Amino acid sequence: MSGVCLYFQVHQPRRIKRYRFFDIGSDHSYFNDESEQDTNNARIARKVADKSYLPANEAILANLREHPEFKVAFSLSGIALEQFEEYTPEVIESFKRLVDTGRVEILAETYYHSLAFLESPAEFREQVRMHADKVHELFGVKPYVFRNTELIYRNDIGSMVADMGYLGMLAEGADHLLGWRKPTYVYHAEGDPSFKLLLKHYKLSDDIAFRFSNRDWEEWPLTAPKFAQWVHAHNGDGHVINLFMDYETFGEHQWEDTGIFDFLRSMPGEILAHPDNTFVTPTEALAQYPSVGALDAPDYVSWADVERDLSAWRSNPIQHDALRALYALESDVKRSGDVAALQDWRRLTTSDHFYYMCTKWWQDGDVHKYFSPYESPYEAFIAYMNVLNDLRARLEVAPAASTHKRSVWEALSHKARGVLHAIKS
Amino acid sequence: MRVLMYGWEFPPHNSGGLGIACYGLARAMASSGADVRFVLPRKYPVAASGAHMVFADESEPLSGTEAETFASGYLTEDRLRFMRGKYPELQYGASLFDEVLRYAARSHMVALAHQPDVIHMHDWLCYPAGMAAKRATGAPLVAHVHATEFDRTGFGKVNQAIYDIERRGMHEADVVVTVSAYTKNIVVEHYGIDPKKVVVVHNGIDADDVAVASAAEADMRRIKGLGWGIVLFVGRLTLQKGPDYFLEAAQKVLEHRPNTLFVVSGSGDMAEAIIQRAAYLGIGDRVLFTGFLRDKQLARLYKVADLVVMPSVSEPFGIVPLEALLNGTPVLISKQSGVAEVVRHALTADFWDTDDMANKITAILDHPGLRETLASRGGMEVRSQVWKRVADRCMMVYKSLVKILVRI
Repeated sequence: MSGVCLYFQVHQPRRIKRYRFFDIGSDHSYFNDESEQDTNNARIARKVADKSYLPANEAILANLREHPEFKVAFSLSGIALEQFEEYTPEVIESFKRLVDTGRVEILAETYYHSLAFLESPAEFREQVRMHADKVHELFGVKPYVFRNTELIYRNDIGSMVADMGYLGMLAEGADHLLGWRKPTYVYHAEGDPSFKLLLKHYKLSDDIAFRFSNRDWEEWPLTAPKFAQWVHAHNGDGHVINLFMDYETFGEHQWEDTGIFDFLRSMPGEILAHPDNTFVTPTEALAQYPSVGALDAPDYVSWADVERDLSAWRSNPIQHDALRALYALESDVKRSGDVAALQDWRRLTTSDHFYYMCTKWWQDGDVHKYFSPYESPYEAFIAYMNVLNDLRARLEVAPAASTHKRSVWEALSHKARGVLHAIKS
Repeated sequence: MRVLMYGWEFPPHNSGGLGIACYGLARAMASSGADVRFVLPRKYPVAASGAHMVFADESEPLSGTEAETFASGYLTEDRLRFMRGKYPELQYGASLFDEVLRYAARSHMVALAHQPDVIHMHDWLCYPAGMAAKRATGAPLVAHVHATEFDRTGFGKVNQAIYDIERRGMHEADVVVTVSAYTKNIVVEHYGIDPKKVVVVHNGIDADDVAVASAAEADMRRIKGLGWGIVLFVGRLTLQKGPDYFLEAAQKVLEHRPNTLFVVSGSGDMAEAIIQRAAYLGIGDRVLFTGFLRDKQLARLYKVADLVVMPSVSEPFGIVPLEALLNGTPVLISKQSGVAEVVRHALTADFWDTDDMANKITAILDHPGLRETLASRGGMEVRSQVWKRVADRCMMVYKSLVKILVRI
């Protein structure tokens, strides 16, 4: 008996507009590009909803109706959800219909799809909590299994997440993490047998996510029966096949004319055609299958790039600089009591901002460039740092005297402050 | 395969980038074993490139009937008199045109003496000579475009006579090589050349040829020690190089960051106007003019600068950013330049968008990490852009030409 665990990631950052040095101090809206450029978040949300989320959800819903054994899991970042509410509310409704079937699990992650675990454990916990609240508010469910931004995992992240009460988490089945071991078994975190791990089967996952439309691939075209055959061939060779990928695979990375939606529509039926196969959600997989051993992850593992480490977000001086500058503002922004500033700061924690600054493969025009709305990593960095400087300037406007004085000041409402000012003058 | 290459100048007596490019290409071809004969209009001592040098003034000029054959072009004395009537601007540059025509008149004999398989001519100054060689031998002709009249004038007052020679040369050539896709576009759009006939071969640079300073310029270093930023412009002070846009951006930066020094290195017909412009903008005390510098002196300036800006209005390629990066200094280059196609780890801006330029200059001055990333990644890119690569691509062009002719 082989369980197939399908999980799709849904995420859209709030991209920073072309924010110039001259805008510092006068323009405090960072994410409101209304131009025809790819930094126009409303436009991107609309485009991806129409090309990917809505038609893919329809295919998933049809499968759920047709196959009682079919199950699937999603992780939807909070910053994506709030943009759907703002720009494309029908996407929220569509996901609600999926969740209402009772066979769709929602996973936990950081609200802002951030790298907060790197710099601020407190902020990390806060963002995970915010996300769980958002998921509950929209879908009425509570997540039990955690997935970190871009499947980044390390021993200490595992213990942090275990500490927050989650049953387990998802990780990349990278060769340098697994060694000779197979991704088709459940493992547990080093030193914590009760915190379990599900490892992505990157070969089969990437066959869909990356290779599906590649005509140079000897297996092209990939059909649902062929793929089901590959899945079935794993029978007896493990408990669970974890197929993890970005949901935008359907319709956005692989366009509709590649036949990706037909594949999505027929793949579950083909897999279930073998009576030994079944579908499981992450929570079920962790509950049903025993751990076969501890996985020691002293170094970061992720699902990004060939390196499958942190280098997509933190491998050059501008990325280090930007990360440092961002988290250097954390305590000021939180002490200021300025709700709008805190929200902007958190929107700046989204990992995509750092991904856009990656220079690793940039000359070759690879995926970083494909996914970046900026002309170059340097354009991304300059806009980001200008925005951070504006944010810092906003905070310095707020009184920064003694703590006592500040709390008194904060206690005064905005209106009261205005009155006080009028009296003084 | 024998290549007869027509150039105009060679280091050390070169007035610009054309001589350096020809030298780099000739040397790389010679060292890869190609039979390259490099023709110059006059005999004078030149840097050893390994190429077989030919000086046209050691050859007999065309006389009598041969001159008539040549007259099927348009460059006989009569024709020249006619052209001077048609193009009054030739009166002023008469000596240069005379030189170009004299070169062409001697080219016939040179070509017959060397019997090339391919003729390769560099820029309009050599086009009449190259065309004459093609007529003499029937060998296929390659026109190499390092710059067009549109670049030199910043799309301003184009010299019609030069344009006509360029156009004629490109049309008579079997293949046109341009130093960038940017220039290919100009050749297609403004000269009516079939894009299928145009091959882009980016220029190269050999790190050993570039002066690299071990220490920065001392006075500037002291200024920098006081916390000042230094932004450098290197290039002729002409319309094409956009020094006026540099000053406009400087003024915008200085409004926010007064402790910045803008250094202008170069000379040219706009020198006085540029100095006055700095004063007019009220930034005279923050702009330093060094005049024309070369070699070590220039390298020490590159070294001390936080950023080198090349705001050219139209730059077919642009060697300055490569020199800067080899000296470890990041660059901000005009999007209207060919070098932007090769150095991807550079900041870019439209030459007219001085807001964007000022925004990026400020970012460089404020963020050491940005400087470091651009300098190290950009430096690596430049080091791979060697002349050997250029020579190999030219050889491929020749082979394709010779093959086509054999088949016919």
